[in-house]
Amino acid sequence: MSLLRDLLRHPSGRIGLIITVLFLLAAVAGKAGLSPFDPLAQDRLARLQAPSASHLFGTDMFGRDVLSRLMVGVAQSFIVSFFSVAVATLAGTVLGLTAAWYGGLWDGIVMRLMDVLLAFPAILLALLIIAIMGPSGWTSILAIAIVYTPIFTRVVRGPALSLKRRDFVDAARSFGSSRRYIMSRHLALNLVAPLTVQITLALAWALITEAGLSFLGLGTQPPQASLGLMLADARNLMEMAPWLLLVPAVALSFAVLGFNLLGDALRDLLDPKTRRALA
Amino acid sequence: MPYPLKRLLAFPLVMFGVSVFVFIAIRLVPGDAITAMLGTESGLLTPAQREALTAYFGLDQNIFVQFWRWLAGVVQGDFGISTTYGQPVLRVIFDHFPLTLELAVLSMLLSLVIGLPAGIYAATHKDRPGDLAVRVIAMLGQSTPGFVVGLLLIFSLSVFFGVLPRMGSFVPFRQDPVGNLAQMILPALTLGTAFAAAVIRVSRSAMLDILSEDYVRTARSKGLSRRRVIWRHALPNALIPLVTLSGVEFGYLLGGAVLVEQIFALPGLGRVVLDAIQQRDYALVQGTILFIAFNFMVVNLLVDLAYAALDPRIRFETK
Amino acid sequence: MSSLLSVRDLKVGFGPRPESNEVVHGVSFDLAPGETLAIVGESGSGKSVTSMAVNRLIDFGGGRITSGSAAFTRADGSTIDLARAEERQLEGIRGREIGMIFQEPMTSLNPVLSIGTQIEEVFRVHFAMSGTEAKTAAREALERVRIPDAARRLTYAPHQLSGGMLQRVMIAIALASNPRLLIADEPTTALDVTIQAQIMGLLSEMKRETGTGMIFITHDIGLVAGFADRVMVMQQGEVVEQGMLDAVLDNPQHDYTKHLLNAVPHFSDGRSVRHDMQRDADSRRVLEVEDLTVRFPVRAGLLKRQTGNVHAVEGVGFDLMQGETLGIVGESGSGKSTTARAILDLVRPTKGRIRAEGLAGAVSDRPVQMVFQNPNASLNPRLTVKQLLAEPLIAVRRRIDAEAVSRMVMLLDRVGLPADSLARYPHEFSGGQRQRLCIARALMLNPSILVLDEAVSALDVSVQAKVLDLLIDLQNEFGLAYLFVTHDMAVVERIAHRIAVVYAGQIVEIGPTSEVLANPRHDYTRQLIRAVPSLDRRHSDYGIDLTEIPSLVRPVGWEPEAARYESAGADHLVRAGA
Repeated sequence: MSLLRDLLRHPSGRIGLIITVLFLLAAVAGKAGLSPFDPLAQDRLARLQAPSASHLFGTDMFGRDVLSRLMVGVAQSFIVSFFSVAVATLAGTVLGLTAAWYGGLWDGIVMRLMDVLLAFPAILLALLIIAIMGPSGWTSILAIAIVYTPIFTRVVRGPALSLKRRDFVDAARSFGSSRRYIMSRHLALNLVAPLTVQITLALAWALITEAGLSFLGLGTQPPQASLGLMLADARNLMEMAPWLLLVPAVALSFAVLGFNLLGDALRDLLDPKTRRALA
Repeated sequence: MPYPLKRLLAFPLVMFGVSVFVFIAIRLVPGDAITAMLGTESGLLTPAQREALTAYFGLDQNIFVQFWRWLAGVVQGDFGISTTYGQPVLRVIFDHFPLTLELAVLSMLLSLVIGLPAGIYAATHKDRPGDLAVRVIAMLGQSTPGFVVGLLLIFSLSVFFGVLPRMGSFVPFRQDPVGNLAQMILPALTLGTAFAAAVIRVSRSAMLDILSEDYVRTARSKGLSRRRVIWRHALPNALIPLVTLSGVEFGYLLGGAVLVEQIFALPGLGRVVLDAIQQRDYALVQGTILFIAFNFMVVNLLVDLAYAALDPRIRFETK
Repeated sequence: MSSLLSVRDLKVGFGPRPESNEVVHGVSFDLAPGETLAIVGESGSGKSVTSMAVNRLIDFGGGRITSGSAAFTRADGSTIDLARAEERQLEGIRGREIGMIFQEPMTSLNPVLSIGTQIEEVFRVHFAMSGTEAKTAAREALERVRIPDAARRLTYAPHQLSGGMLQRVMIAIALASNPRLLIADEPTTALDVTIQAQIMGLLSEMKRETGTGMIFITHDIGLVAGFADRVMVMQQGEVVEQGMLDAVLDNPQHDYTKHLLNAVPHFSDGRSVRHDMQRDADSRRVLEVEDLTVRFPVRAGLLKRQTGNVHAVEGVGFDLMQGETLGIVGESGSGKSTTARAILDLVRPTKGRIRAEGLAGAVSDRPVQMVFQNPNASLNPRLTVKQLLAEPLIAVRRRIDAEAVSRMVMLLDRVGLPADSLARYPHEFSGGQRQRLCIARALMLNPSILVLDEAVSALDVSVQAKVLDLLIDLQNEFGLAYLFVTHDMAVVERIAHRIAVVYAGQIVEIGPTSEVLANPRHDYTRQLIRAVPSLDRRHSDYGIDLTEIPSLVRPVGWEPEAARYESAGADHLVRAGA
């Protein structure tokens, strides 16, 4: 809880936290059906209405309420981001930790495999995976998770290797501590800080990637709402109905900004020294 | 063994791994390859035609034989035939790649030209208003996805100036340099935003770290001017992380081109990949992705070699 | 007396409000041309800040001179107040009239520029030289600090040279323009003793040659005994005493100076050894090491074929009695730490036998425990003291019950830490307290032998003395045997009953401490002892000996001849023929 207090004292941490919490509330409300309108309900009589008291962010070409769609869209984007980063973190931590600890052949296999994955530009790798599995929200989760796994593997392996050489690990070995104990107590515990930072920043990237995939029509599929889809829909109507473009554009950028600010603040607070190692 | 040599030797190995990965990935597509290739039209095939095609593509062989045949073709530049374009895949790639490459290189140049001086300025004016402004801009640039930047650019152009960037057709640089640059500048800015933000952040933080290093203190104790300390002693060290960043980001630029070309309706390789995926033209998907990955890897190899030129420690390091 | 530098009531602070965060509280001193002033103090005394205030390098580290003056007489006879000088004026003085060398030679040179470029720069900037002229000047500067093959070394990058070599390059840079003042900030602290002696020898020679005035900052008052004209002692940002060298050393006035001179270990050629343990027929042998050999493979080429071995430790043998301390003394790369780590099974010996015997009440089958050099690094920062002390018990699958906790409390009390420490984290303790914590942790399993690897080297000198006293008390109370690995001759003299001197992976001399230190037989032991700064050998100069340690890499299959030892008295063995 002292971390929360520090975050609130940190200028960009405070702003990041406020933004992120606001978006989370909107997303939860959207998922819980608390949006002002049914996000899927079309109303032919209320097409392309400018923002007003009843439709705060206006309506789209099918007369759907933009605010309501934004709420479920944010929820959809967050869900994909959270799940994909969670999978990538888990896979990357296990791979990175074991590669660092066991070294040798296993390290070689893992790292060459990661090299192969890293040889693809991120979004192309995601596109390849989607090409195979067909577009959907779940495919996006898998694709983004696979794209970020090598990054987490490296983020864990590097510090784990240097932790392994630290005196306190030698000290533990001199008592005869078991490998499992050393990995969990000395390596994993000290990796929490750099991982927290990396997870926050990865969430920001994942939001961007998810929106990009949906924008291309390869992520979340209509009639479901997502930020990328809303932007794609707005393309041809931007002059007639600028709110259709500006609302999701600002929302997406702010959601990303929130995580970025939070990540920066966490980096300042948790690990001033690992700054370079993670860059 | 010197580090660059080691990278050079690892290169073919990773390239082979990438090929296997792409090959297997495409084999994982549900349904048989003929159906996948021809889509709905495969329903029109007679069993005999289907068998002939299967034999023609070597699909009746076991997977290893298929892989070796395919790889042997790739090595000789034979990536197969694109069903959508009705042309050899490599030909399609060569027709569309120059635009994407120009886009990536242009946005990289723009980002470095804008980002590096801004980053150095911020670092040398730490915590003053100028630094704060640069950091806020970098933070916004980092948080706004490239395609959103592009959409907003188009939007402001049409609303405030009533013009739209030239779309659909493409003017090659050789035909009309001015027209080409006029057409490419917005897409390059769009694509470069995130990279420029990253350049600012990395050069600022590297510069800050370096300015507190012992050897900078030594340089100052020698009576060197502030400028000389920054340009002669700090900058060469700050370039090292920037080179790393540029290598990694080049991949993002090649990937980001998919979105930017879509928004600005540019006929580059990114558009080809996207169309290929939508048309289920697997030979083309396979070929383009492999080609882009290959280019990305070459760039990263060059980055590693550039490292050695910049940093004498790496030239001799054996790790 | 015309003064070179006259500092009056200098106050330095840090941060946005330097007045309220003052670290140097009004320092005054004078330095005549050609004179050497030693500023002595421990960390936090403000000695480095004072010296960097003189050439105003503190401006770049967030510091500011809040009041006072520093009048510096320039080569042309004019006087300038450095405390108020403009940055532009200072640029003409730094490197031209005031040179400086620093503590860490490894990080003080720019890694991406060649040695030559970095020396030439001084000539280019201050003497407007260019091209061949600057190159020649740089070569001559390098030859002046006795670097052989200077022309070729100019093209080297810093990482290709050893620490001692780099410090000589730094001296070449600092003295390139024959400055009137040289500031040396702990220039030998990061170096081995014999290398330290080389650098000190070089500095005193350069001082004679150039007649430069010098401010020499150190934590080791013994180091400047043969070197300085005047001494200034600082503590917590204040000058507590200053005067001529002999006056301060022979007749110290301030308590802190007396403490530095008397309570801190100083080397005295084997006269201050312990006499509380004698080997006799009843002595119980708790550790026996025979023919211990550790080799690390050297791999090269594409297939990583083994091309040779680093012979880190070669045929080392000794024994250790209950209640006895064996000091293992050597410089970096001598294999002393590898020996310690092999006994703890942290590295696998290539061959040899290690037999350790536990005490009757031992908690585990691990009779040997270890204390590491750096207490910050050897305590996991994310665990509480209780969790840290529980570690050895968990390792032997003991429950953390009331009995275990009471042992923790007992040991904390025994090492002089408050009982409420259990819930606290390592960062809440000082360096000395953390090392006490490490000692307590090592005693949790009631071992018979404690391996102490440079266990006091990272501590301030006055803290060192207290931790050494604690170790001696604990040894007597628990009947512990210590294997005390160190590079510090003054420390080993105070704690060891016997000493083994290691060089290039082998023991060259072993015997009772008083014998080995007062009556060294092996050449290397003598060289080592000669290199140790000592209050006794005041005014005796350091010679310049430029020997480098031989390479320990040998081809695969190479077996050294077994070392032969000759007796040099009771229980005193000296390696023969090498």
